[in-house]
This record gives sequence, C-alpha cells and structure tokens, in this order.
Amino acid sequence: MEASHPRVSKPKRNGGGEQWRAALFLSPSWLLLLLFFFVPTILTFYFAFTNMALTGATAAKTEFIGFENFKYMFQDANFRTSVWNTLIFLIFSAVIGQQVMGFIIAVLMNGRKQWFRSVIGSIVIAGWVAPEVVCAFVWFAFLNDTGTVNAAIESLGMKPVAWLYTFPMVSVIVANIWHGTAFSMMVFQAALGDVPKEVEESAMIDGASAWQRMIRITLPMIIGSVTTNMVLVTLQTLGSFTLIYALTGGGPGMATETLPIYMYHQAFVNYQLGYGTAISLMLLVIGIVASLLYMRMLKVKL
Amino acid sequence: MSSLNLGKRRKMNRFVIARTLPYIILSLIGLLFLLPLLWLLFASLDQNATLALKIPSALTLDNYVSTVTNTDNQKSFGNGLILAVGQALLVVIVAGLASYPLSRYQLKYKRSFMYIILFATGLPITAVMVPVYQFFIYFRMQDSLFFTVLFLTASALPYSIWMMKNFMDSVPLELEEAAWVDGASIWTTLRLVVVPLMLPGIFTVGIFAFAGSWGNFLVPFILLQSPEKLPAAVTIYQYFGQNGLVQYGTLASFSIIYTIPAVALYIIGQHYMSQGFSFGGANKG
Repeated sequence: MEASHPRVSKPKRNGGGEQWRAALFLSPSWLLLLLFFFVPTILTFYFAFTNMALTGATAAKTEFIGFENFKYMFQDANFRTSVWNTLIFLIFSAVIGQQVMGFIIAVLMNGRKQWFRSVIGSIVIAGWVAPEVVCAFVWFAFLNDTGTVNAAIESLGMKPVAWLYTFPMVSVIVANIWHGTAFSMMVFQAALGDVPKEVEESAMIDGASAWQRMIRITLPMIIGSVTTNMVLVTLQTLGSFTLIYALTGGGPGMATETLPIYMYHQAFVNYQLGYGTAISLMLLVIGIVASLLYMRMLKVKL
Repeated sequence: MSSLNLGKRRKMNRFVIARTLPYIILSLIGLLFLLPLLWLLFASLDQNATLALKIPSALTLDNYVSTVTNTDNQKSFGNGLILAVGQALLVVIVAGLASYPLSRYQLKYKRSFMYIILFATGLPITAVMVPVYQFFIYFRMQDSLFFTVLFLTASALPYSIWMMKNFMDSVPLELEEAAWVDGASIWTTLRLVVVPLMLPGIFTVGIFAFAGSWGNFLVPFILLQSPEKLPAAVTIYQYFGQNGLVQYGTLASFSIIYTIPAVALYIIGQHYMSQGFSFGGANKG
C-alpha cells in the first residue's frame, strides 16, 4: 500500500527530514556559488562606485566616489571606441557571421550523404572544440606577414598584406566566425531535423520553389531556435576576451579594443581597479539583460 | 515526343546541378575551415616549420619529443590537469548532490533557486573577473591553484546543476522506491541505484566542466602569477607572445597536444549527448 502511493505517504513520514537533507545536499553549491559567484557579482556594483587602485595615491585608501567613474566613462573617448568595437565585433562575428555561416552549412548539409556530412561537420567542429588560445595561435600564423594567406597571395603575383595591422577588426571577426560557427551549425542542424518532412513535401507538391519553402515554411518553423541561438551567441561573444587579446591585444592602437579588453587594460595595466570595475558593470548589465531575455525565450517551466 | 524528351533532359540537367551544387559549396567552406588547422598539423611534423602552410619535406616527431621532454611544458600540462580534473570532480560531486533534492523533493524555494541558476548560466564570467581579483587579493587567495579550482567550480556550477537536475529528472523514481521498500538507506540507494543510472549525465557534466577549464585562459591568467603555477593555456600565449624568438614547429606540437584532450572528450561526450543541441528543456545539452 505504502509502496504504491509513495508520493502521498512519504512526505508524511519524513517531510521534515527531507527538508534537512535537501538543505544538506544543497549547501556545498550554495556556499561555492555565494562565495565565488554572487559575492563578486554584488561587489561589482559596489567597487564600480569607488576610486580603488592598485598603485598611486588612492591605492592606500579606497573611497566611495559616487558616479564619478561613470561621469568619466561617458566623457572617455576610449570607452566610446571600445563600446563601438564591441558592437561591431558582436554583430559581424556572432549575430551575422556565425549564424549565417552556421545556417548555410546546416541547410546545405540537410539530405546530403552521411559520410560527407560527417567530414565537413568534423572540420567545422574542430575549430570550435580547439581551445581559444590555440585558435588565436592558428590565426596568428594564418594571417601573419609570412603566413599562409600571404604565401597564397604572393604565389598569384600580388603584394602581401599585413592583415593584423591593416585590417585588424576584420581579422578578429573572421577568426571568431571560424571558431564559433560550429555551435550555430549544430543548433540549426538539430532544428532542421525537427521540421517534419511531410510539410516540406506537401509544399513541394503544391509547386513551391526551394526558396519559397525556405522562407515560408522552414524558417518560421525554426524561428524559436534562431532567437534562442542569437541570445546564446550574443552572451558568449560579449565576454569574448582570449581570442582578441591573444591575436591583437586590442591593437593596433584601439582598433580591436572591445569592452572586456578595455576593462582588462584599465584594471590590470593602468591599475585603475575602480574604473575597470565600472566598465565590467556595463558588461554585466548588458549580460543581465541578455540573460533575462534568454530565460524569457526558453519559456522554461519549473 | 522529342520535345518531351528535351524537356526531360533540361529537367535532368537542373536536377544534377541542384544535387551537386551543395556538395561543391560545402567542400569549399570545408576547405577554408580546414586550411588554418592543416598548417598546425603540418608545422607540428616539420623540423623547419614556417608560418606558411607547406607540406614538410621530411615528417618527424622531433617537435613532439622536444615538447614532451621539456620539464617546463610538463609542469604547465600538469597544472592544467590539476585545474581541470580538480574542477570537474568537484563540479560533478557538488552539482550531483544539489540535483538530488532539486529533482526529487518538494521544496518551497525550488523554483526561485532554479531561476537564479538559469539566470547565472547566462552571465559572462569576464564581467566579474576584476571584482573576483580584488576579492582574491583581499582574502589572500591569489596565486593559488586550490582557490582557482574553487572559483572555476563555482563558475561552472550554474549550468552543471541545471544539466544534472534534468538528467536526474529522467531517472525513474520507481527504482529508488523499490530499493527503499527493500530497506535500503538513502545513501545506499544513491550509491547503488541513482549513481549508476545517472552515469551518462555525470559524464556529460564532467566532460563539459573539464573542457571548460582546460581551455580557459582568462581565469588562470588573472588569478595565478607564479610561472610554475601557470597552466598550458597561459604558457602557449606566453610562447607566441614573444614574436620571432619561437620555434613554430615546437609550439604547433604543444598546441596539438594541448588540444587533444578537448577533442577526445568531445568525441566521448557526443556519445552521451545524444539529444544534442535541441533546446528541449535543458539549455546546454
């Protein structure tokens, strides 16, 4: 009797014990998350309003300075440049680049021979699985003055180009598309796989062209995956540091200085921790908004 | 009759083009994706590697030998392993413990907890690194592999708890109940019934966590300073930062050795992540 109705009888028997056990099981998570995740996140909000520094006169005592960091920030031309760079990098490498490339590959792969799909898929995924530092190294070599691209150009009789100096933003965008496309590709492959064959077939019988089927039938059916992917890719790219830092260091000049790089330079190179935190607060706020959007889109039921 | 044949042939032609065009485009894309990687592979096997792609005149494993026998490199791979294995183990244990009550018990705060967890999965870690550094300085935790592992664990917990709870939800309750009826304690049930059934989930979470911290550059770059504590990710960066002074072949073989665990785990992990990237409930697997 008890065994067949455990959900009813169990809480009565040891409801209190369950609560205690739950607290016990959850406590390590709480402790770690609190100490190393939530406290630093909350500290961001506090430190951003201080003049904390690692060296210099203000290093000895940190003071609350209200909105001074933010006042400075909005007059700081370098900050504006890095916001602009972040937007360019985000839109062209992730929102457009990775998504369009991933979508094209996923669509073209649909219905091809299995061995061909696995070969192309593995190549694209290799660039995604490889750690970011390795990707940076590979692209550093590929685009170098004496790298593969220039060797190919020279063999065609043209002059080599110093890609990382002449087109730094284009270079990091291309490298990031190469690194991140696999994620979007897999998301779209899964989404396309969920589109029922019958729907497309009946549209084909009704005389819809391939293009019409794509725009009218397939895209609307996978639009949920597209938007979710958009937010995820945005969140990943927003915090992107390693690839750009290792490839160009934010340079030359300010050419590829995105918000994470600018934050790093202010906090750890200029030792202005307060100002660096104010910049990270900006990143965090954008991240929080994108994260809330993401939760909205997933429409999770808990 | 003949005009019908002609129409048929034209249709056939279009059909052939429509069939082969995707193969051609995909092959071109694949080639473009492959070229940068191919350089890495060839350079690692070439004694006189340059920065341009070329087939080595003589294949040699010398680069690998000199990478592996270098004690500094061994140290940096060892540090990387300490960080990644330590974090993966801790994540699996802590997230596994948390997922049990979250999946099985009726808790008043469950909904809000899961929302906080989901929300935290989205936050960019980069954004908290400066305050984390200040926090580490203040409590004298900087330059310590142990505390770096703890931080990496905490940063991986949100998505790990989320994934683990979803896996736990898919393990039927009936088997546990049967064990209870037979008089097994909660610990015995966990150990002998739940954990074996959860193995795919445990492996997936562990692999995700390992790959995340093995490839992580920013966290050790900021939280660790002593050269003898730096993991492989930071060592590579330092090598190719010193432009021109470097043996590209050796660095390429270092990169490949460093990439192999990530690739191997991905292949093993794929086996467990059969649902793949479909957004049905879980967000990252």
